[in-house]
Amino acid sequence: MPMITYREALHHALREEMTRDERVLIFGEDVVAYGGAYGVTSGLAKDYGEKRVFDAPIAEGVIAGAAVGAAMGGLRPVAELMTINFALLAADQIINHAAKVMHMFGGQMSVPLVMRAVGGGGAQLASTHSQSLESMFAHVPGLKVVTPATPADGKGLLKSAIRDDDPVLFIEHALLYRVRGEVPEGEHLVALGKAEVKREGKDITLVAYSRMTLVALQAADLLSQEGIEAEVVDLRSLRPLDMETVLASVRKTHRALTVEEAWRSYGIGAEIASRIQEEAFDDLDAPIRRVSGVEVPLPYAKNLEQAAIPDAQRIMKAVKEVLARTGG
Amino acid sequence: MGGKTATKVGQSGLDKKTLLNFLHQMLLIRKFEDKAGELYARGKIAGFLHLYNGEEAVAVGAISALEPHDLVITHYRDHGHATARGLDVKRLMAELFGKATGVSKGHGGSMHFFDATLGFYGGWAIVGGHLPLAVGLGLASNYLRKNQVILCIFGDGGTNIGYFYESLNVAKLWNVPVVFLCENNLYGMGTALHRASAIREVYRKAAVFDIPAERVDGMDVLAMREATVKAVAHARGGGGPYFLEAMTYRFRGHSMADPILYRDKSEVEEWKQRDPIILFQQRLREEGVLTPQDLEQMERETDELVADAVKFAEESPEPPLSDLHEDIYANP
Repeated sequence: MPMITYREALHHALREEMTRDERVLIFGEDVVAYGGAYGVTSGLAKDYGEKRVFDAPIAEGVIAGAAVGAAMGGLRPVAELMTINFALLAADQIINHAAKVMHMFGGQMSVPLVMRAVGGGGAQLASTHSQSLESMFAHVPGLKVVTPATPADGKGLLKSAIRDDDPVLFIEHALLYRVRGEVPEGEHLVALGKAEVKREGKDITLVAYSRMTLVALQAADLLSQEGIEAEVVDLRSLRPLDMETVLASVRKTHRALTVEEAWRSYGIGAEIASRIQEEAFDDLDAPIRRVSGVEVPLPYAKNLEQAAIPDAQRIMKAVKEVLARTGG
Repeated sequence: MGGKTATKVGQSGLDKKTLLNFLHQMLLIRKFEDKAGELYARGKIAGFLHLYNGEEAVAVGAISALEPHDLVITHYRDHGHATARGLDVKRLMAELFGKATGVSKGHGGSMHFFDATLGFYGGWAIVGGHLPLAVGLGLASNYLRKNQVILCIFGDGGTNIGYFYESLNVAKLWNVPVVFLCENNLYGMGTALHRASAIREVYRKAAVFDIPAERVDGMDVLAMREATVKAVAHARGGGGPYFLEAMTYRFRGHSMADPILYRDKSEVEEWKQRDPIILFQQRLREEGVLTPQDLEQMERETDELVADAVKFAEESPEPPLSDLHEDIYANP
């Protein structure tokens, strides 16, 4: 399998789906000449024509709303909102319209659309360009929220998202675009709503998603050198949420730690921890802990920003605290 | 205020059947709304109920200009538009009753009528929020070569939000076949237009995007039809969006919860002198198109349609509780 970047994997997914289905089109912020703020759509307008790949003004409300309308009109739009921070300007369309069409009108119509947005911090972009707002959207029934961590998952999930008949918010991570990984060529689909065990272990389950999956894997490798074997579950999709894979892992390891870049309160980790204790309380040998982003707006200064985002050291420390509660 | 001289019925180029059908539709809308208001007061209908009394000529005239494959997308005061588009009033009333037989299976209520088979694409209740959707529908029409025009209806209250400007800008940029129809009834809920908009002639807001825009007498069903025919031809011919501002007035409150403290009774009475149904009846009679017998028969027919709708709604089953989890996802 070829080693390609996350950016290339997403690009391949778009290219393959546009070739496969003429109803797929891309519009949004800076997708043509600029090639997408992170280069994902580079060259697509040239190859597929500006009828299928075209720029929209910086006006997220109409981008998202036009995507809903286009989907109702029979197309399968992939709308580029640039970043999840800007999706706040489209939140009304995403939550009040995209998530409601199917239900509010009695199932007469669904809206097959994908909205792509970059989330996460770590690039010193300060507080309004570094947020991890996925839990806000994952809260909403009617939406699907996908957060790939690897190039292979990026490709497979984006292709599935485009083929899915429901609205999918596809959240990429700002620091992953240059990360390389093995990606199958051609048809490679990853089902929405399926988590994956990215690393097997017997001592504790680390539940992560997006970039934190890679950080959790890094922590697991370091812990292994100390004789602790952590299993890493990558959620991949936040809604639908695959608790089966998480619970199966917890029933094996009897301990769980959630890892998220987003803020702790009311977050994904809180949801996972709650569901584990509801479904597998008797399997637990220790209280579940959460490693989360520090609850502050992300600062610009490098040292301050780094202090706010979870890293392998913080995960390792938390893992040892969980293990200490159980006496091995 | 709207146009000066009403178009002569005889000069409209419409046959008797069409003209009488306009009156029939307007009467049906009025009676449906009066009955709905009454049933709301009796607790048969819940939620918000926004009645369309007084604005009937806008819906009937404008929607008559569309082809069957065209689309209507509108705001939450949607009963009149749905009826004019030909949705079954039985299923509309059932929706108000929250019954399984409603047009939206009882999921939507008054503000969210929808019938995909008749090109009636909602009933949207976030003010201004459906204008971007109309742009997307227009995009799909162009892309898939459907030759379809999208009639997008909204109120004057929807012309001050960002969506309005974003949508007009993109509609023009992308040259989509959307006819934007503003029903200017002078109030956004209880706030008068002049308190909310720096520009009182709403159509001028569209003109700055180089979209052809004009003001129409919304109390005159034939003027509404004529203007919309022209707008639709422009959009269908590849000319891009068109903007109409219909000057109209709602005779009742914003919703059933509205005590109407913000406008003078004299203003309401003045507008009622221009009741679109009475005006049209008079013109039809004066020009010999409508006989007293015709009118009597029409009154009876529309009364029956509304009575049948209420009966149907009353007798229809509630949605089964299993329906609570239905229709959230196409691929759960």
